[in-house]
Amino acid sequence: MHFEYHVESGDFINAGSTSSAVKKTLKQLNVDSSIIKRTVVALYEAEVNIVAHAYKGTIYVDIDQEAITIRLVDEGPGIPDIDKAMEMGYSTASPSVREMGFGAGMGLPNIKNNTDRMSITSKVGVGTTVEIYNKLQ
Amino acid sequence: MNIDQLLEILKGELVTECEKEEFCIERGFASDLMSDVLTIPSTDKLALITGLSNLQTIRTAEMAGINIIIIVRGKKSTPDMISLAEDNDIVVIETPYSAFHTSALLFNAGIKPLF
Ligand SMILES: Nc1ncnc2c1ncn2[C@@H]1O[C@H](COP(=O)(O)OP(=O)(O)OP(=O)(O)O)[C@@H](O)[C@H]1O
Ligand SMILES: [Mg+2]
Repeated sequence: MHFEYHVESGDFINAGSTSSAVKKTLKQLNVDSSIIKRTVVALYEAEVNIVAHAYKGTIYVDIDQEAITIRLVDEGPGIPDIDKAMEMGYSTASPSVREMGFGAGMGLPNIKNNTDRMSITSKVGVGTTVEIYNKLQ
Repeated sequence: MNIDQLLEILKGELVTECEKEEFCIERGFASDLMSDVLTIPSTDKLALITGLSNLQTIRTAEMAGINIIIIVRGKKSTPDMISLAEDNDIVVIETPYSAFHTSALLFNAGIKPLF
């Protein structure tokens, strides 16, 4: 199964709708509830990161018998130092993002904790790609 | 604790639908940081106590598998929030008390902390 979703910067109304759709799909497929939770928490963090830190993005979701692979490709400022961004507590979130309850610098470490594999590639001034992979059984 | 006891202790208002017979709260976790909420382990009968009242509060609960949200300090939830909560079987309660006061009242009534 393949799905694509679009995400816009600053859209805190629709942020999470991709994660919600993926959650429903995984439920319909009778995936174990703890795997669903890990996957949607990671996806939601990554989705909110596009809304909070980038300009716009596309989320590509692939599901087969064995695993779910999600690629979040954004156009945005990029991440100059990925190791630093992965540190717990590091955040450049704007005041308006903080007002929405985000910007604790916990998202990327939490994605790592909730996935079997994650990778980040980024080019400053171009954008960031986050890939998330979880086995489904 | 059932819903009627909870509403009485918190002088709370129930703003969503609620299956009264099934409702049960045993534990609480208070935070305004959604990324913090997203790190907690799956726990049944857990209430999120928060001063943050927006759509992402509901989304966060949906992803974290939390079915009870207590919004403190008399903050109001919007119709969007209520319908998103109901779509996901999340019960939302509003209380005039602060997060500290709400937590203390619930703790004294036997609701356990998550950590
Ligand atoms: N898609 C992205 N584009 C540009 N920068 C990003 C992106 N994702 C993360 N970052 C950078 O990495 C930092 C850390 O991200 P992380 O998700 O860990 O924390 P946060 O989003 O700031 O806060 P939280 O996730 O706790 O709400 C961000 O503050 C931002 O500087
Ligand atoms: Mg984040």
